[in-house]
Amino acid sequence: MPIGSVPPKYKVEIDRDLCMLCERCIENCPYGTFRREGNKILIFSRACTGCHRCIAMCPRDAISLQEKPIDYRSHPVWSREAREAIYNQAQTGKIVLTGMGNALNVPQIFDRLLLDACQVTNPSIDPLREPMELRTYIGKKPRKLTIDKTPEGDIDLVTKLAPNLKCGTPIMIAHMSYGAISLNAQLSLARGAAEEKTFMGTGEGGLHQSLYPYQDNMIVQIASGRFGVDIDYLERGAAIEIKIGQGAKPGIGGHLPGEKVDEGVSKTRMIPPHSDAISPAPHHDIYSIEDLSQLVRSLKEATEWKKPVFVKIAAVHNVAAIAAGIARSSADAVVIDGFRGGTGTAPRVFRDHVGIPIEAAIAAVDAKLNEQGIRNEVSVIASGGIRDSADVTKAIALGADSVYIGTAALVSLGCRVCGSCYRGLCPWGIATQREDLTARIDPDIMYKNVSNLIHGWTLEISELMGAAGINSIESLRGNRDRLRGYMLDENILSVLDVKTVGADV
Amino acid sequence: MCGIISVIDRKKNPMDGTAIREALSIMDERGNGEGAGYAVYGAFPEFADYYAIHVFYDDLIGPKTAVEEELDKVGTVKHDEEIPTFEQPNLKKRHIPWRYFFKPNVTALGTTASEEDILVYLMKKVNTTIPGALIYSTGKNIAIFKAAGWPEDVADFYRIQDYEGYIWLSHNRYPTNTAGWWGGAHPFNLLDWSVVHNGEITSYGTNKRYLESFGYVCTMHTDTEVVAYLTDLLQRQHKLPEELAFKALTPPFWDEIDIMPEKEREFNTALRMTYSPAMMNGPFAIVVASSEGIAGITDRIKLRPLVAAEKGDRLYLSSEEAAIRVMEPAPDRIWMPRAGEPVIGRVY
Repeated sequence: MPIGSVPPKYKVEIDRDLCMLCERCIENCPYGTFRREGNKILIFSRACTGCHRCIAMCPRDAISLQEKPIDYRSHPVWSREAREAIYNQAQTGKIVLTGMGNALNVPQIFDRLLLDACQVTNPSIDPLREPMELRTYIGKKPRKLTIDKTPEGDIDLVTKLAPNLKCGTPIMIAHMSYGAISLNAQLSLARGAAEEKTFMGTGEGGLHQSLYPYQDNMIVQIASGRFGVDIDYLERGAAIEIKIGQGAKPGIGGHLPGEKVDEGVSKTRMIPPHSDAISPAPHHDIYSIEDLSQLVRSLKEATEWKKPVFVKIAAVHNVAAIAAGIARSSADAVVIDGFRGGTGTAPRVFRDHVGIPIEAAIAAVDAKLNEQGIRNEVSVIASGGIRDSADVTKAIALGADSVYIGTAALVSLGCRVCGSCYRGLCPWGIATQREDLTARIDPDIMYKNVSNLIHGWTLEISELMGAAGINSIESLRGNRDRLRGYMLDENILSVLDVKTVGADV
Repeated sequence: MCGIISVIDRKKNPMDGTAIREALSIMDERGNGEGAGYAVYGAFPEFADYYAIHVFYDDLIGPKTAVEEELDKVGTVKHDEEIPTFEQPNLKKRHIPWRYFFKPNVTALGTTASEEDILVYLMKKVNTTIPGALIYSTGKNIAIFKAAGWPEDVADFYRIQDYEGYIWLSHNRYPTNTAGWWGGAHPFNLLDWSVVHNGEITSYGTNKRYLESFGYVCTMHTDTEVVAYLTDLLQRQHKLPEELAFKALTPPFWDEIDIMPEKEREFNTALRMTYSPAMMNGPFAIVVASSEGIAGITDRIKLRPLVAAEKGDRLYLSSEEAAIRVMEPAPDRIWMPRAGEPVIGRVY
């Protein structure tokens, strides 16, 4: 039964006095919002996703965009999204798909945590004049050092250190596969990460050979589909990450539609061209924690114990106990992905409703590992909704060793968070495989955006640390004394183990 | 601000408290009359084999009985006494200091435990569950004298000139966070370790959590106690030699480590990676003592002063040269230790 059309999400307008009919808007919009008829650009606003590509490319600033030009009758319970999901499903009978991260208007705990600074009783440290250390080692650390004193009085180290990733900054780039994003986007991210002496994840899409020059800065992922995995892949990575779950869609698998599987993607993933790449919900060889432990050790065995192995899980209710299990599995780091984490495609109900915020997950995992006396033996990497250097600093003060950034890194390439990644037509050349669109990213130029972003955040973290009288990132990690909660309730404060603003030391 | 001065006689010749009282008092400018304290090693030769448990009681009615019940549960008290005090016009006696010479019973808890474990258990139990009682020292042959007051008043309150020892530690306080609280005055003690500290530890939260993961409980509401616990963890439990244990607390910068010869680089990298949560940040000058000697450390960029001097068998560590010269007008050598570099004086 047709129920007519829903109100358009956007209204695009062109100031005819300014427009010079250059047609850049037409060229740039893959959704078909613009076309030319005679001496006029016609606009089909319903096609617009709000990606701003046309606005960014219009030489005359002639285009304006209005969000929700016609809204529904206001109602406190029946939001526009709730109603539209129903119209959608009434017609399709399917699961509603979305892109990017959680879009519910839930409070951001990060915004309600405040950082500390020194005044009088201790001096702040000026990073321009004093050393400021952000170097972070990700991997297993021994519980204690054992040494041997030689008869000559020399000291020999008996303890053998496990391999660690040496990062110049606690910011790494999250796993986004070739397939989910374009090769040019991956190349830009990889080169940007290498430039800043940090690391990026391959995602579950294999490692394309054009990324080999950056392999020393890449973490290769093994997910439930095992796409692109062979011994060569494992050996090329600086570290290996087993992905169990993801914050945007905990508990379910992934689906890369066949139309995105072009020749490059097919070769890199080692699957037939144009076939759907379906990653099952669980790993079919992991049905319990001991199975995970076997896989961790098999991967280490295969790579001669030369590479750290990470395990990534979505931040779910029992995240702390799960992380503690993983920490005992020979894994070198636990990655926890909060419910605001982004994705190319996820069912709306999962993206918005499953999992817990990363802030609470970090605090719970750190506390559990600490309580069990093993916190310092594994690294904790946090991801999912990290937007700026303040979020990074707060995540570390809550107990993370480092963070992964996904959406933020894509935004540095132009992404406007329009949330239409799943359509494969990304006008910024990121979440697409269409050649004319991917050509919009020149990795030789765009890598600089990525390295600038990481560099800028790193400088800001240095300043925040200096202001707090701390000259090494290790002294910030888990230093919850340097955080205060603002307008957070007592229960959250107790989970975060953070005092309220105004509280005494 | 705070002022510190300490001295060790490496031949263990005894020194009474007269000189250190004078030396600390010359730094009155560094305090504000709200806290001072002294520690002396070798104070109780007649009870040298017993743990000298020092307790502040708020009154002698409830808390004392409760503490003594706990002591009886886990060991034997050989001798106990109120620590002699002498009224001073400028010092209000807020607590009654008491000392017990105690022998722990290692089987009392029923679990595998050393004598030290029993003492740590006792300290935790009393300080967290018995209101009005605070165990502030547990070392063998170590006396601690502290109160809220000026250095000279606190010294006279306890008559420290009547005590002798081969190590003296002292501290003059300008409190900011626990003003006026006797428990907040330095030195801090845990078993054989005593600490005096000028400054703030900005990594306190990180250090505290790390210590908690090894079962330590911080009860003194101050950042200084982590120094004693970290020293205990690294030296007693992890058996790191003194120099390395202090190096772990204030390690070299990565830039320095990166250019070291290979073996040294590997060693320092391992030390830093393993003990990163033990690393101490912030402005501080600290003297840590044990029955084996004293060590002075400063933060990695030396945001608090520390001067060292030697004369014969004696090593002095102080916030100010003037204070050292009160005790020893003509030292053989006097110098400013480099940032983060420990100065260690061990008994022969």
